[in-house]
Amino acid sequence: MSADLFDFVLGLGDDALIAAQRLGEWTSRAPEMEEDIALANIALDQLGAARLLLTYAGELEGAGRDEDALAYLRGDREFRNCLLVELPNGDFAVTMAKLFFLSAYQLPLYDALAGCGDERLAAIGAKARKESAYHLDHSSLWVRRLGDGTEESHRRMQEAVDQVWPYTHELFAADPAAPVDPAGLRAGFEATVEPVLTEATLTRPGDGFTPGGGRQGLHTEHLSFLLAEMQVLHRAHPGARW
Amino acid sequence: MSERTERGEGREGMPGQHRVSTEQHTPLWEVFVRARRGLSHTHVGSLHAPDAELALRNARDVYTRRQEGVSIWVVPAAAITASSPDEKDAFFDPAADKVYRHPTFYEVPEGAGHL
Repeated sequence: MSADLFDFVLGLGDDALIAAQRLGEWTSRAPEMEEDIALANIALDQLGAARLLLTYAGELEGAGRDEDALAYLRGDREFRNCLLVELPNGDFAVTMAKLFFLSAYQLPLYDALAGCGDERLAAIGAKARKESAYHLDHSSLWVRRLGDGTEESHRRMQEAVDQVWPYTHELFAADPAAPVDPAGLRAGFEATVEPVLTEATLTRPGDGFTPGGGRQGLHTEHLSFLLAEMQVLHRAHPGARW
Repeated sequence: MSERTERGEGREGMPGQHRVSTEQHTPLWEVFVRARRGLSHTHVGSLHAPDAELALRNARDVYTRRQEGVSIWVVPAAAITASSPDEKDAFFDPAADKVYRHPTFYEVPEGAGHL
């Protein structure tokens, strides 16, 4: 049970960590100054959740690895994040599509965790779900705005949704041993996502292509580049304190 | 300040597309915040946003750090009429030199403890 729980918590922590790293790349490059602040805010929320989850994962494992060891001293095959979060930022529409799907998954997940039997996970879920509600609010606002904006923004938003949608299937892969089985969150996710897409005059993509493997450590080619950048200092000076 | 510049050549698409002024698409908003235990809304600053909904969200990020229990007002700067500094004397001086306008000459009757 403990090993299963470790994998589950590690996966959620990695989702948040990699999402934070991608959002951090936007700093000073967002379309508006206010949006720059919002993206940095969301990145900080995700990083905060990642720290709590990775710290707990390290304790569950009992091998003396803290949040820093887990973040900085694992190779890409040891990361358990979903593929969705490691995809490149692309243009603003791609980033918003990724954030929209991620937060529509994280919100019900953290909600369910907040009521689960594991005290630590319940506390983390209770804290993180408030932030996820804000992320969902923010990203759905932009999906609607861009989708129902100009011809060009509509085209880009639809392309972004088409590009990212296949990666949402992995989020709901069944894991009956987990405190919250992600398979049970799919219906709520669709009930959140579909009205927003409709309002944004966007078409829900088909479900033919369902890439996966992130939870098993099988990633896209993007993750190792991301990790090289994120981990370079700690790899060069292992054990340094900062 | 009026024209937004396109940053970097790497931005895809839309070369030569007409760029509109920042003011037209993202007008200025004034932000008033009442803290959780505060009695009144206080002007805290301003920001640019395309509409009220985004102005509110941006204000929440920029000025309140999303603290719970705060109340935010956003007002388009164009909707605010300010008193003119040139008319300052006419506006405020008469009140100051007409002391009878200020109710400071009354003896408070005994028993009226809650004045």
